[in-house]
This record gives sequence, C-alpha cells and structure tokens, in this order.
Amino acid sequence: MDKFTSHTGIGVPLRRSNVDTDQIIPAVYLKRVTRSGFEDGLFAAWRNDPAFVLNNPVYDGGSVLVAGPDFGTGSSREHAVWALQNYGFKAVISSRFADIFRGNSGKAGLLAAQVDEKVAQRLLDLLDEEPGATITVDLESRTVRAGSGENAIEDSFDIDDYTRWRLLEGLDDVGITLGHADDITTYEATRPSWKPVTQRA
Amino acid sequence: MSQSTGRTLSEKVWDEHVVRSAAGEPDLLYIDLHLIHEVTSPQAFDGLRLAGRPVRRPDLTLATEDHNVPTIDWDKPIADPVSRTQVETLRTNAEEFGVRLHPLGDIEQGIVHIIGPQLGLTQPGMTIVCGDSHTSTHGAFGSIAFGIGTSEVEHVLATQTLMQAKPKTMAVTINGSLPEGVTAKDMVLTLITHTGTGGGQGYIVEYRGQAIRELSMEGRMTVCNMSIEWGAKAGLIAPDQTTFDYLEGRPEAPKGDDWDAAVAHWKTLVTDDDAVFDEEIVLDASEMTPFVTWGTNPGQGVQLGGLVPSPDDFEEPADKVAAEKALTYMGLEAGTPMREVKVDTVFVGSCTNGRIEDLRVAADIVKGRKVADDTRLLVVPGSVRVRLQAEQEGLDVVFKEAGAEWRGAGCSMCLGMNPDQLTPGERSASTSNRNFEGRQGKGGRTHLVSVPVAAATAIRGTLSSPADLA
Repeated sequence: MDKFTSHTGIGVPLRRSNVDTDQIIPAVYLKRVTRSGFEDGLFAAWRNDPAFVLNNPVYDGGSVLVAGPDFGTGSSREHAVWALQNYGFKAVISSRFADIFRGNSGKAGLLAAQVDEKVAQRLLDLLDEEPGATITVDLESRTVRAGSGENAIEDSFDIDDYTRWRLLEGLDDVGITLGHADDITTYEATRPSWKPVTQRA
Repeated sequence: MSQSTGRTLSEKVWDEHVVRSAAGEPDLLYIDLHLIHEVTSPQAFDGLRLAGRPVRRPDLTLATEDHNVPTIDWDKPIADPVSRTQVETLRTNAEEFGVRLHPLGDIEQGIVHIIGPQLGLTQPGMTIVCGDSHTSTHGAFGSIAFGIGTSEVEHVLATQTLMQAKPKTMAVTINGSLPEGVTAKDMVLTLITHTGTGGGQGYIVEYRGQAIRELSMEGRMTVCNMSIEWGAKAGLIAPDQTTFDYLEGRPEAPKGDDWDAAVAHWKTLVTDDDAVFDEEIVLDASEMTPFVTWGTNPGQGVQLGGLVPSPDDFEEPADKVAAEKALTYMGLEAGTPMREVKVDTVFVGSCTNGRIEDLRVAADIVKGRKVADDTRLLVVPGSVRVRLQAEQEGLDVVFKEAGAEWRGAGCSMCLGMNPDQLTPGERSASTSNRNFEGRQGKGGRTHLVSVPVAAATAIRGTLSSPADLA
C-alpha cells in the first residue's frame, strides 16, 4: 500500500445522504476477479443523468469527494472503495461513514475523513460557489483545508490513531499480524475441543 | 470505589476471543468460523498467492456459491460468462487452498447465512465473519458475527484473526408479545424506522425482552440479519433452550460429552444483572403491526395501514431531501394509502426470509388461491436443503398451483446479481433486506415486507396483509 501523508485535489460535491454501496457500485459490476477496472461501475445509475456531478467536465480529475451524512451504508463490498480509487479518488469527506465502508477504506488506502456536519456543509457550499476548487486533506495534521480569504475553511477531521499510522506508513496489515503468530498459536491451544470445524484431519 | 464487575453478553464473547491486546491498538480477535462466497473472495485469495501465504485454518473455513448463481437450470453451465468465471475462480481457489466448498449442485449449497446454521456450524459464543454484511444473521445464536471487506477476508484467511476496535454496547429491549400475524420482520422494520439507518453505528446490539425470547430461531435470525440495516456492527441474542433445541442433532453440532460441555458453557453466555450497556432502546411488541417500507433505505418505513408520507412530515432538512428523492424514485404520491400501492413482482426468499418456516407461512396463505393477474410471485428457497424439505412437504405444489415460480437456492432477486432482476420502473414487494435504488435491478422499486404481507400481496396485487384476503 502506498503511503498517504497529504493530498490536494479538485473537490467533487455529492449532495446526498445515505449513499449506500449499491449506489457507489451496483451488484452487476461486482463480477470481476481483480482489484482494478471498477471505475466503470462507479455511481453507474446516476451517471446516466447528464446533470450528475461526475458528468460535469469541471470535475474531471476530481480526487476528493465531499458527500452528505451516512456515506457507504449497506453491503460490505470493498469494490465500492476500489471503484472510487480506480476512478481517481484519494479521499472521501463526510460527517458520518458506515463502519464497514470506513474499515475497508483504511485497509485499501482511501482516506475516509470524518468532519463536523457544519464543515461538510461549508465545503459543499464552497464547491457550489467555486466549482473546480481544490481541497487539501492533510493526514499528518488531521486537517482539511479549502478556499481562501474570507471563504477559507480549515478544520480537523476524525480518523482513529491506528488507521492513521498505518496509512502514513503504508503498512500491510497481514504482515503486522503475522508478527504476532506466536500469540495466535498460544491462543489456539486454549480453544475448547468441542468448537466446530469444517473438516477433520 | 464501587465497581460493577458485570459484563454484557457481547463483552463476554469478545473477551473470550482476544488473542492480543495493546494500548492504542485494536484488539487482535480470533475468528472461529470464516464463511466464503464467490463475489468477495477472489482478490483475497490472489493476495495470498502473491505473498506465498497459505490459509492458516482451512478447517475453520467454509465456502459456498450463492450471490450470482442462477435459480433455474442450475444443473447446466452458468450462462453468463462473467458469473461463470467468478464461480470457477472460487472452485479453483478452494481446491488450491484446501477449503471445503459446497458448489452449485451440491446438496449443502445455499445462501451462506442459511447453510451455517443449518449445518450446525453456527453455535453460541463464537466469532463468525464473512465478506457479506448480512453475516449479522448468525448473532441469533449468541455469537458475534459481522460482515467484512475483501482485505479483511484475506487477513482472516492468512491469520484466522482480525484487528478490531471494541465497539460500544447497546440493548434493544422489546417487551410484550407480538400480536397474531405480526412477525420478526415487522419488528425489525419498525425498529429501523425508529432508529434510522445510522442509529446503531459503532455498537454491538443485544436484542432482549419477552418478544425476542418468544421468537423461533428463524425469527431471531431475521431480526439479527437486519442489524446492519440500522448501522450496527453486530446484533446478537442470548442463547436459551430454543437455541439448544434447534442445534441438537445437527451435523456439525457437538455430540455426547462434547454436547454437555458445550451447553454448560453456552448457559453462561448471558448479560450479567449488574452489567451496564452504553445505550438502551425499549420498544413494545404488542403495539406493532405489519410494517412496510415506502422509500429507498430500510429506515423509510410505515405501517401497512398507513399512508405514503410527505417530505413535510420530516423535521431534519436532510430527511426532507431524502424523502423527496425517494418518492420520485419510487413513483409514489404522498398521502396514498400503502394498501393501494400496486405491485408487479413479489419475491419470497433471501437470507432474511428464505428459511423453511418462511416458506411454510407463505404456502399456508397462498394455498387454494391464485396469484393476481399482472403479478408475479417468485419463491426462492435459501438452500438446497430448504428446497428439498419444502418439496417433501408439498409446498412447491402449493406455490405452483397458485401460479408462482418455484426456483433453486441462492441470493437471487435480493441483489439482482443473477438473471432474477426487476426491470426499470417495476415494483416489488420483497421479503429481503434492502430497498436501495436499483438493488433488485436497475430502476426497480422495492418495498420491504414480511412473509405474510408478501404472500397476501401476491394474491391481491396491492400491498396487503392476510387479514385483507376474503
């Protein structure tokens, strides 16, 4: 996984709450057996609408998505994170994320930055007033910055310490856990014999 | 300092599975059972192959094919080449890594959350994960069960553990008894409309109270299944005699002395009297009625006897906007009685309501009646075993004589990954779990309902309860 320290890119406003992962990528697009190529399915139903934000050329190359509350609800599909990344997004900003989506983002290297609801609203308003404006998400200082002069926005975002550390270092979770293999083996020796198994030696 | 030593059920199960705990880090949690299916696993196995890592515990891993498999012609090669590749990839991976697989055509094949309990692999006090958010179903047995993403699937395959921050605890106490004809599905739909889709976020929820105790295991699974629909990390119910009776004699349940030892332990899996939950919700089952959704998330629900709401009924600006968008998508007028909403397709099935008990209830209602003109009733058993049991009881004949389609096992129209899909604008009454835009097919409009409401709706052609049938 690549290290994530800070990113500045065009902000894309998605003025919707409860964006579930079926909207981010419908099930019919989940049949690939690779981690790439899911950008075609990103917001597939909404992209048929010429007025949808991603169809506006101003947002070509957009890399910071700003969405309403409860982003990423529903299905556990990590394909939703991959679709956002495959399309070019590096970060998503919302006032509330569904747990599984936020977990998947941390594992795959997409920054899910949780901000105060007022901050999300100010970012959306800024992007309406200045389409194509850039947003900076600085993981080192946990800060989101956008706009200038009187419109300048600077506020903190929430991310748990552990995920932040892993993203900053670009670490592989499996590798970290395998460093504790002895603990796992010790634990396994204590499991009751009546616990179920799917196959017997 | 006075100290409360009591622990909740979920804290007990959690504590039993901590492999390693360190300040500032999530706990490393041991996983007792890892369920696998074709859609969320290929990239995880690929990751193992790239790193040259084996599956640590194939004997705690079980795979099946459910999400994209066809429910007709299941004995022939899968027609859709992309679906076929995904299923074949799972078969290759299971073979290469030594994982037990129940493929299409196998007698134990079915929806992953139906077959775990059916085999007796799902037992109290376990940790169970799967790359599917409805893994919460298994909480009905008093286990901590939750959905994970593909990176975590790879992590569990490689290490049999997960790094998890300990969630907060919540009690949902449902007092009283459900009135006749009101089901576990109505109960959980009522709850989700009460809490909203984010109300459970960050919590492991314990469902308790008289109405929960009175539910069958099937009903408990329906309630726990939909925990994720209000954002909960997991939902569970303390095991009791109903649980033990369901499990005893199942193929993978403990036998003999092991059974006695297991039951003795399972009986300790209750929330202590002096334990404190971080949050508590109390509802009264005796006031509940058949409940259906009108919108595009499971928290947009109303009593079947109610009206399609107006955006003006909501206080929060975001809820008003969401209601407007939902009504437009659903093609509904505010103020319309729900009972007047005409339905094109009725779907009975899914990990929420695809068990034998559900099919018996549906068959009992459609028996001797005909599905309404212009309405289609699709009945999809949750597993091959459920299908065979239903056929042994003659339920398939009842459905077919009523004009319904009787299908093979799988997720089917719950998520429309296989050919069982709604067409744009088509309206369904569905016993599944999600009414998201396009969930059952592009442009499809979904109303989530209980099994009795689904069956009665199929007969009348508009949203109905069995009480509406002459």
